[in-house]
Amino acid sequence: MAAKIKPLLVQEVVERHTLSILVDNEAGVLGRITGLFSSRGYNIESLTVADITEDEAVSRITIVTSGPRRVIDQIRAQLDRLVPVHSVTDLSELGPFVERELALVKVAGTGEKRVEALRLADIFRARPVDTSTQSFVFEISGSTTKVDQFIELMREVGLVEVARGGVVALSRGATAQ
Amino acid sequence: MQGRETMGRDGGSREMSGADIIVRALVDLGVDTIFGYPGGAVLPIYDALFRQKQIRHILVRHEAGAVHAAEGYARSTGKPGVVLVTSGPGATNAVTGIADALLDSIPIVVLTGQVATHLIGSDAFQECDTVGITRHCSKHNYLVKETSRLGGTIHEAFHIATTGRPGPVVVDIPKDVQVATARYERPARFEHKTYRPKVKGDLAAIEAAVEMLAVAERPILYVGGGVINSGPGASQLLRDLARLTKAPVTSTLMGLGAFPASDPQFLGMLGMHGTYEANLAMNQCDLMLCLGARFDDRVTGKLDGFSPHSRKIHVDIDPSSFNKTVRVDLAIEGDVGHVLEDMVKLWRARGHQAQPQDDWWSRIKGWRAKQSLAFTQEGEKIQPQHAIRALWEATHKKNPIITTEVGQHQMWAAQHFDFEQPNKWLTSGGLGTMGYGLPAAIGAQLGNPKSLVIDIAGEASIQMNIQELGTATQYDLPVKVFVLNNEYMGMVRQWQDLTYEGRHSHSYSDSLPDFVKLAEAYGWKGIRIETLDQLEQGIADMLAHDGPVFVDCMVERHANCFPMIPSGATHTEMLLGPDQVAGKVDKSAEALV
Ligand SMILES: Cc1ncc(C[n+]2csc(CCOP(=O)(O)OP(=O)(O)O)c2C)c(N)n1
Ligand SMILES: [Mg+2]
Repeated sequence: MAAKIKPLLVQEVVERHTLSILVDNEAGVLGRITGLFSSRGYNIESLTVADITEDEAVSRITIVTSGPRRVIDQIRAQLDRLVPVHSVTDLSELGPFVERELALVKVAGTGEKRVEALRLADIFRARPVDTSTQSFVFEISGSTTKVDQFIELMREVGLVEVARGGVVALSRGATAQ
Repeated sequence: MQGRETMGRDGGSREMSGADIIVRALVDLGVDTIFGYPGGAVLPIYDALFRQKQIRHILVRHEAGAVHAAEGYARSTGKPGVVLVTSGPGATNAVTGIADALLDSIPIVVLTGQVATHLIGSDAFQECDTVGITRHCSKHNYLVKETSRLGGTIHEAFHIATTGRPGPVVVDIPKDVQVATARYERPARFEHKTYRPKVKGDLAAIEAAVEMLAVAERPILYVGGGVINSGPGASQLLRDLARLTKAPVTSTLMGLGAFPASDPQFLGMLGMHGTYEANLAMNQCDLMLCLGARFDDRVTGKLDGFSPHSRKIHVDIDPSSFNKTVRVDLAIEGDVGHVLEDMVKLWRARGHQAQPQDDWWSRIKGWRAKQSLAFTQEGEKIQPQHAIRALWEATHKKNPIITTEVGQHQMWAAQHFDFEQPNKWLTSGGLGTMGYGLPAAIGAQLGNPKSLVIDIAGEASIQMNIQELGTATQYDLPVKVFVLNNEYMGMVRQWQDLTYEGRHSHSYSDSLPDFVKLAEAYGWKGIRIETLDQLEQGIADMLAHDGPVFVDCMVERHANCFPMIPSGATHTEMLLGPDQVAGKVDKSAEALV
């Protein structure tokens, strides 16, 4: 028989998925997307948006969300239903993809702490983009875990504040998704 | 405007005001009736309406009435309903109806006026964020900022409202956009950049579904409003499939009429107030074919006890309905009518024979023998079920259109009024909006001038849009309102009986008006029926009068609607009558209401 029979899930495992959504760059489109998440009670762990075509007609919204498989499928279907949405790609589902996040991390301190901050930054390939005698602002990019780890370590050497850009992601290989 | 337009020949191309473009586009779209209420932000459109003869404008008494009337028009004719209201309070008054149309998948287009573009965001007089407010209760909405985009947007709005899973589309039009001029061209063909609903189902999946049906020993067809939205052809094909598969058929509240009630394969409505046989068959089947329904919580009852032994096939035009609440084994995305057509063809082409179902049908016969809809009419007080049955007896040969309000009377109408055809039963299912029935009847009557249209109402609900009596009078619409007057918000009282040990907190309909006098004040005929011996004559008098008639039918005040699946229970735990009522439930069930 051709029909696929899906077994009933005994226990729901929460999964983290990165969705890449192409939308018409019209007024209110971001509100439609975020509103959908809040009105239906879905999680947003991270969201980034920017237009990506020459004529600024289409934007890519990258959303990292989490939930049981059933909910992730719903999120995809609900997003797909919105009129200005061109496509919804579940990158986590699709196969290999690259995911990067940018963060600016401010640390203050003197003496040994300052040296240690620089040393750690070097290991993480974080660049100082602002320097004073009391502080640094580091720029770091990489996977979310890497950024998380870096920030964690910086806490011990004088973390002041953090700005994170959110996840951007693309599938690997030559074709567009 | 997102769609690509090809230029049409007719329609010309000359400078027109935005308001004229709107009227012109509506005419091009075949609109003959709109429901509206004027105000400052739509005066240019009203002036354009004044200067033309092709569109009939129906002046309602409240914007909520306009939207429900448009819904009634749409549901009974299959054509989109159109609404025109002003900005601010006009738009907010329309919101309930918009949400109603979204949940019941009714195609309507709502045009709202907006303050001039340069005033937007300044808290101007009668400004509200209409697109913001309606964003999550409409299928889609637009704020049109340029007159040159107005015509195209209106065409697109109709396209979106009427295709795929139908629904309400809101077009918000600032006043300066209505006044400025632009060229209007009628788009010849419409193709949308991003919105392309899938109509044909996947053949391999349909084939799999047919194979599953062919080996089923205890199949059931569970049908919903999608079959009606798909058009009369789908209802016909449903009959064909039922014949071929010999499967019993049950329907949701929204699907009533898609399959003839008199057909021996029909089990009646399922769900909370569905029949015993429908719910038990759902529970015991080995194959469930869901056609254009959505496993609503009123249908499934407690999810983990829902039809535990069946394989499930779900046919729907909206893929977000798949696996939303109930996991299915096979999902087929497409228009129900098209999928049914392919299923019937394939079944025949393969020469399938339905499995012998003698055992299945004898079990169903056993459940039917419970007569879960039975009631006793004794004494001179009218039982509400009896009143509905009497109404059906007196009118069914006329093939009436029935609308309802929300409450016990709605459920009794669904249980005891038999529908043989689609588009004859108009009710607020998903949102459960009291006040729906009278304006919906007005809309249905306008779309079907020769039909008998009756709103089966409750004395509480009818007061929510009672002002629309005036609309019927103004346009000589012979609609009938038949109130089952139990002097209670009966459905609320029923829940209080079942869940709160009969503490009737604010569910008594106190200070009721004299409905007969009220009706007469509006120029209607008023009839009061108080006892059983007046029932038949009262209905006859109602039918004999060719204008609008309001019947205030006093019924047994304490009757409750059975059968019933209490909150938090499964299909097998039905209450068949008042003697099974506990009066109290545990906390988790209480929260499930
Ligand atoms: C606008 C709105 N408000 C409240 C409710 C909750 N509600 C459901 S049924 C009902 C009572 C309806 O009373 P009535 O119209 O007399 O009908 P009955 O149940 O007595 O037949 C109420 C208040 C609702 N469905 N809609
Ligand atoms: Mg009542």
